[in-house]
Amino acid sequence: MKKSLLFIVACLFMLEAVAQETFPVNGVYDEREKVFALTNANIFTSHNQKLENATLLIKEGKVEAVGKSVSVPDNAVEIDLQGKYIYPSFIEIFTDYGMPTPEKAEKNWDRKPQYISKKPGAYGWNEAIRPEVGAHSKFTHNKDQADGFRKLGFGAVVSHVQDGLSRGSAACVALNENLPDNESIIKDVAAACYSFDTGSSKQDYPSSLMGAIALLRQTYYDAQWYASGQKEEYNISLDKWNRLQDVPQIFDPGDLLGIFRADKIGDEFDVQYILKGCGEEYQKLDAVKKTNAPLILPINFPDAYDVEDPFDALNVSLQQMKHWELAPYNPARLAEADIVFALTTDQLKDKSKFGGNLAKAIKNGLSHEDALKALTTTPAELSGVTEHLGSLMKGKLANFIVTSDSLFKEGTVMHDNWVKGERFVLKPFTERDLTGAYELKVDGKNYAVEVGGKAAKPKFEIVVNDSTRVPVSHSEGKGSLGLSFKPDEEAKGMYRLSGWADGKNWQGRGQKDDGSWVDWSLTHKGEVPKKEKKDEKAEEDKDAKEEKKEEKAEEGPGKVLHPFLPFGWSEKPEAETVIFKNATIWTNEDEGILEEADLVIRDGKISQVGSGLSVSGAREIDCTGKHVTSGIIDEHSHIAISKGVNEGTQASSAEVSIADVVNSEDVNIYRQLSGGVVASQLLHGSANPIGGQSALVKLRWGSTPEEMKIKGADGFIKFALGENVKQSNWGDNNVSRFPQTRMGVEQVYMDHFTRAQEYASARNARIPARKDLEMEALLEILNKKRFITCHSYVQSEINMLMKVADHFGFTLNTFTHILEGYKVADKMKEHGAAGSTFSDWWAYKYEVIDAIPHNGTILNEMGIVTAFNSDDAEMARRLNQEAAKAIKYGGASEEDAWKFVTLNPAKMLHLDKRMGSLKAGKDADVVLWSEHPMSQYAKAEMTFVDGICYFDREQDKELRKEVEAERNRLIQKMLAAKKGGAPTQKPHPEHHHHYHCDDLDP
Amino acid sequence: MKKLIFSIAAILVCMQIFAQQTPAPPQDKAIALVGGTIHQGNGKVIENGAIAFDAGKIVYVGTADGLTGEFETIDAKGKEIYPGLIAINTTMGLVEIGAVRATADHYEVGQLNPNVRSIIAFNTDSRVIPTVRSNGVLLAQVVPHGGTMPGTSSIVQLDAWNWEDAAYQMDDAIYLDWPPMYKRTGTWWNPGPIEMHKEYDKRLMEVDALLAEAKGYGKGKSRTTNLKLEALQGLYDKSKKLFVYVSNAKEIMDVIELNKKYEFDMVLVGAHDAWMLTDLLVEHKVPVVIEKTHTLPSRSYEDIDLPYRMPAILRDAGVDFALTLGDGWDSFWDQRNLPFHAGTSVAYGLTKEEALESITLAPARMLGIDDRTGSLEKGKDANIIVSEGDLLDVRSSKLTHAFIQGRSIDLNNKQKDLYRKFMKKYGKEIKE
Repeated sequence: MKKSLLFIVACLFMLEAVAQETFPVNGVYDEREKVFALTNANIFTSHNQKLENATLLIKEGKVEAVGKSVSVPDNAVEIDLQGKYIYPSFIEIFTDYGMPTPEKAEKNWDRKPQYISKKPGAYGWNEAIRPEVGAHSKFTHNKDQADGFRKLGFGAVVSHVQDGLSRGSAACVALNENLPDNESIIKDVAAACYSFDTGSSKQDYPSSLMGAIALLRQTYYDAQWYASGQKEEYNISLDKWNRLQDVPQIFDPGDLLGIFRADKIGDEFDVQYILKGCGEEYQKLDAVKKTNAPLILPINFPDAYDVEDPFDALNVSLQQMKHWELAPYNPARLAEADIVFALTTDQLKDKSKFGGNLAKAIKNGLSHEDALKALTTTPAELSGVTEHLGSLMKGKLANFIVTSDSLFKEGTVMHDNWVKGERFVLKPFTERDLTGAYELKVDGKNYAVEVGGKAAKPKFEIVVNDSTRVPVSHSEGKGSLGLSFKPDEEAKGMYRLSGWADGKNWQGRGQKDDGSWVDWSLTHKGEVPKKEKKDEKAEEDKDAKEEKKEEKAEEGPGKVLHPFLPFGWSEKPEAETVIFKNATIWTNEDEGILEEADLVIRDGKISQVGSGLSVSGAREIDCTGKHVTSGIIDEHSHIAISKGVNEGTQASSAEVSIADVVNSEDVNIYRQLSGGVVASQLLHGSANPIGGQSALVKLRWGSTPEEMKIKGADGFIKFALGENVKQSNWGDNNVSRFPQTRMGVEQVYMDHFTRAQEYASARNARIPARKDLEMEALLEILNKKRFITCHSYVQSEINMLMKVADHFGFTLNTFTHILEGYKVADKMKEHGAAGSTFSDWWAYKYEVIDAIPHNGTILNEMGIVTAFNSDDAEMARRLNQEAAKAIKYGGASEEDAWKFVTLNPAKMLHLDKRMGSLKAGKDADVVLWSEHPMSQYAKAEMTFVDGICYFDREQDKELRKEVEAERNRLIQKMLAAKKGGAPTQKPHPEHHHHYHCDDLDP
Repeated sequence: MKKLIFSIAAILVCMQIFAQQTPAPPQDKAIALVGGTIHQGNGKVIENGAIAFDAGKIVYVGTADGLTGEFETIDAKGKEIYPGLIAINTTMGLVEIGAVRATADHYEVGQLNPNVRSIIAFNTDSRVIPTVRSNGVLLAQVVPHGGTMPGTSSIVQLDAWNWEDAAYQMDDAIYLDWPPMYKRTGTWWNPGPIEMHKEYDKRLMEVDALLAEAKGYGKGKSRTTNLKLEALQGLYDKSKKLFVYVSNAKEIMDVIELNKKYEFDMVLVGAHDAWMLTDLLVEHKVPVVIEKTHTLPSRSYEDIDLPYRMPAILRDAGVDFALTLGDGWDSFWDQRNLPFHAGTSVAYGLTKEEALESITLAPARMLGIDDRTGSLEKGKDANIIVSEGDLLDVRSSKLTHAFIQGRSIDLNNKQKDLYRKFMKKYGKEIKE
C-alpha cells in the first residue's frame, strides 16, 4: 500500500514537471514554451549595467531578449513591472545544498588506531582524499533548503559534499522546484574542492593540520607521477584528481591563517585557489591581498556578548570583542583593497540572517554595486558558469529577481524570484491595503469602522465615540474577508461576517449572536482621519534625536591590531638606531663581560660594541646599573603553532613541517619577549621516532607567519626516543603501532634511512620518478642538509642513535631533553652532538628517574655545546632564571651559564654566525635587563629583535591601559546594542592550549 | 611466575637506586649557629645573629653578642639563616614517578572521600623527598587528589623512618576541590569551546548536603556509623581546617557564600581571581594559598606579569597569603623550586622578608602550626636552614645545614650522588 501511494505521488510530481526529453510521459504531453515579457522595468543586466524602462523577454527558461526596444511577441504573457527592478538572481558558490550529510568520524582517545584506508575499491590510500566524489552524482534537490535560498534572492548554487581534504567536484545547480534533478544541474563539474579537515575519514593520518598539508602536497606529487605514464597501479582517486585540475579550484582553509597556508600550497603547484574566507580578513588585509586569490566571503557577523555581569564579561577576550565590532566592516574593507570576492551564506547558522547582515555590511561601507557583484558576476565567474548565470543576456538562464525598488535600499521588497523561467512569488506586487475609514451596515445598523495599522497588519476597530472603541478581529482570504465582533454591551455573543470585495468596498453574509443570517456591507469612506498631528511630529523629532544619539554612540570602529590580540600594535614598529650607554655588556665573545660599556644598533644589526661610543641621531638609553645581553634563544619551543604539534599517527612523519603551521596570533610571543626571548625553534612533538620538520622563528610580534621565519636558516627535524615513541603511556589501545620497544625504535631508523638511500638510487633510475616527501626529508638528513634535534632521555637510546648516525655517515646535531646525557657525555663529545636539556625536571615518568639538575654542567664541562630549553610556554619567559641553575647545580661559570640560553642554542641551530652574541655585524637581537640577567630579581626592560623594539616595559604599562580602555569601550557598546534589542550570546572562557612535546595528539 | 618477575624487577629497581639518606637521630646536644644573618620569617632580620636550640626547640634568637650558655657552635659567618620552608598542598611522598601508575597513591576513586587520609600512603623513603629537602623544604602538607572531596591531608616533616614518625600534624585539613563552573568540551587534542558546567549547581548542592548532614550526624545519635561523615567532624569543632581549591571569581564568591553557613576555618587554594575580590576576602578573613608565581595569566588580555605580581597585590589589599607550587603534575618534585617562586615575587613588589614569610610563617599560620614553627622564635621547633647566600635567588641559594626539630639533616640526595659518580668517571673536579 505504502509503495503504491509513493508511486502515485511520484506520478503526480512527474505530471507537474516539465517533461524531459528522455523520460516517458504517462498521459498527455504538457509542453509549454513559457514565454514571459516583463515590461517597463529597471533592469540590471549585470551588476554595473542598468536599463531603465526596459523589457525582459524570456522563453523556455532562458533569456530571449533584454532591452528598451524589445517587441513583445503575441504569445508572451506580459507582466507590467512599472517602477520595479529586475536583477540577475544571486549565486551561492559555497554550499552543500542537495548533498548527503557526511558521517562524523568519532576519533575518541579510547578507540583503536586505524592506520590504513578501509574504503573498498581501487581508491587511494587515504580516506580523506576523495576527488572521486562528484557532487553531480550525489545531488538531489531539497525543497526546504531551496525555498530558503530563493527567499534570500538566490537562483542557483555551486554545491559540493563538504567532506575530506580533497572533496571532489562541485556541481552548479538551479534552485527550481518542479523540474526533475536532471534539469536542475546547470554544470556537472563546476569546481574541485579542498579543505584542511579530514571529515569523515576514520583513518588516523593525518591528525594534525601540518599532516593534512603534507598529505595534500604528497597527493599532488603522486598525481603528477600517476599522470606521467606509470604502469604500476590503477588508482581511481589519483585519476580523478588529475581530471579535476582544469576546473576552478576552491579551497576552504577554515580560518584566517589557513588562507595563507592554502595559498602557499597552491603556489607550489601552480594552482590559484579560490579561497573561502572566514570573515576575519580585515585583520591581515595586506597579506590577504598578496595571495591574489579571489575569496568566498561569509557574513556571519557575531552577536554581541552579553556583558551585563562584569565577572561573566571577563570571559570575553579582547579579540572577540573587537571582532564583534569590526566584522561588519570586512566586506567593505576587502572591496576597498580591490580584492575580488563572492559572498556566501555559509557559516551562517541561521541563513535567514543573510539579508540583515548584508544590510549591515552595506551600512558599514560596502557599495551596492560591489554587493551585487559579489552575489552575481563574481560567483558566476569564479565557478565558470558565466555562459549561464550572473547576468541577464540572450541565451542565459532566466534566473532573476524582481524587487519593489533598488535592491539594497532599506524597505525594498523582493517580489519574485524566477528560476529557469519558473516564477516564485515571494511577495505579491499589489498587496491589499485595507487601511481606511469605513461604514459597516449590518442588520439595519450603521457602525463607523476604522482600519488602522499598516497594510501588512491592519487593525479593525468600531468607533463608538471618541473614547470608546470596540476591537474587531478579522481574517483575510485571497478573495474574502471575515470579521467578528461584539456589536454592543447587550449582545449575547459575537457577530460573524464573511464576504467578498467590490472595489474598495466589501459585502457578504453573516450570522448574528443569535445565529440568524444577515447581509452586510462595508463601504470605504476615505483615509483614517489623522489625529493629534502635533504628537506625531513630536514623536518623529524624538526618533530623529534618538537616531542621532545612536549615531554618536556608534563611534569607532577600533583599530586593527597586529597580531589581532591584546598588546598588538597598530603602527608598525621600525628598526631603530639605539645607543645603550654605560651598561654591563655580556658579549658572549672573547671580550667577556664589559663594564660601563656602550653598544650601538643600527639598521637591524649591531654596529658597535665598546666604550665611550657616540652616534648622532641615535636614541640614547642610559643603562647605568643595568645589563645588556644578546637575546635568549629557545632551542625547544611549542608556542605559536596551530592545530596540533604531533603527527604521531605513523612511526615516521618526516614529511610534515611546523613551518606550515606557524601561528603568529599567539599572545605567548609577546609574553616571551617580555622574558628576553628573541628566537625559538618551534618543534614537532615527540609522539613518533621520526617526527616532523621544525620552524626557526624570530619573535617578530605582529608579523605574518612567513615573516616570522628566519630566512636562510638550515632545515631541522625532530626525532624522538623512549616512552613517548613506544607509546608507553598512551593507554591500552595503543599497543599496535611499531615500535613498542627501544629495540624497535632502532629498527625504525635503520629501515627508514635504508629506504631513503634506496629511494635516492631508484629515483635516479626509475622513470617516471615519484617524489616522496618523507623520503626527501630523510635524504636531506643523509646529505647533511637537514639536521636532527632528538628528544631523548636514557643513555642506551642516546648511544643507539649516535651509532645509527655513524652508520649512515652523519652527525646527530642535538639531543634535546637528554636528561641522561651526563652518563654518555664522553660518547656525545666524541660524536659531536650538542645537548639541550631541561635544567631540573625529573620524576614525571620512568625514563627520567635518573635525571639530575647537574646534567647541563656536566655536559658543558665535557666540552659539549649545552643549552637549557623550555618545552613550556611559561618557562620560556624565565629562561634567564633557568640558566642560573647551571651555576647552582655543578658550579658553571656565570658566562658559561648565560651561554646556555643564548649563544649555545644559536650554535645548535646553526645561527651563531648572526645571533647569540653581541658583536658588530650580528643581528640586533638585544635585551636590556634591570640587573644581572640571571638574578631572580631581574626583569627584561626592553627586547629588540632585528633592531626593532618589540617589548618595552614602560610601553607595556601604556598598552595595559589601552587594553583596558578598549575593553571598556566595547563593553559599553555591547551593552548599548543589547539595550537596543540586538541579540546577544553568552560569554565563555577562552581556550588555551599550551603544547608540550608530550602532547600526543593522535 | 608473574610474581617472580615482579620481585626480580623490584630488586633490579632497588639495585639501581643508591643508598638513601638515613633519618637523623634526635638532637642530643645543644647547638648554636653563630654569625650569620638571621631571617626570622616574621619580617625581622638580625645581622650578625645567633640562634641556639636544644632538645629540638629554639632557645635563643638574637645577636651573636647576646648568646650565652654551652653550645656546640657552628660558624655561620657570611651565611643566611632561615626557618625551614613549608610546602602546602603537595603530593610529595604519594607519587614517586608521575607516569607510572604503580607508584601513584594520590588519586582515589569516587567524588566524596573526606575519610581518605594521605598520611596512610606517605612514603618516607621516597627518593624525591631528599632532593626537595636539600633546597630547604622541611615540612609539607601532603594532600590526596581526585573527586570533589579528595580526602584528608596531613602535615609531615621530611626526615622520618615511617609515616607515624613523619606526622607533624596528623589529619590537619579536609580538601575540597570546588566543582568547576566551566568545563571544556571536545577532547583535549581537538578541543571544543568551554561551556558552563551543567551540573555545577547540582554538585554544589551535593557538597552542601554532605556538610549539612555531617553536622547533624555529629550532634545526634545515628543508627549506623558513616566514615565519611565521621571524617568531617573536625571541621565543626575547628580541629580541622577546610582547604578549598577554587579558581575563578564567581566560584570564589560561591565558596564564601557557602561558608557563611558553616563558618569553617577555611583557606582558599589557587584562587586565580582572588585579586579581583580582595575586599570580600579581607571582610571574611579568608587566606589564600597562591599556586605558583611561575605561571601564565589565565586570560589573554591580562597583564603579562599578573601571576608574578599576585603576592604583592594580595599584600597591598591586606589579604593573608602563602605560596606553594600547586597541585599539578609537577607538584611533588618541583617543590624544590619553592624559594625561587617566592624570589620572583620580590622583583614584582614584595620585600625579600615578605617573600620569605609567604613560604614559612604564612603557610604555618594557614596550617594552624604557627605556634610550633614557621618562624625562628624562642620556644618554637628548631626547623632551620642555612644557605651560603640569598635563598630566594637561584645563583646563591645553596644549603649548608638543615635542622628539623633540632636534628641535623643529611642534605645529600641521589642526584648529587650521580653527579659525583660521573664527574669522577670523567676525571673532572666536583663543584658543590
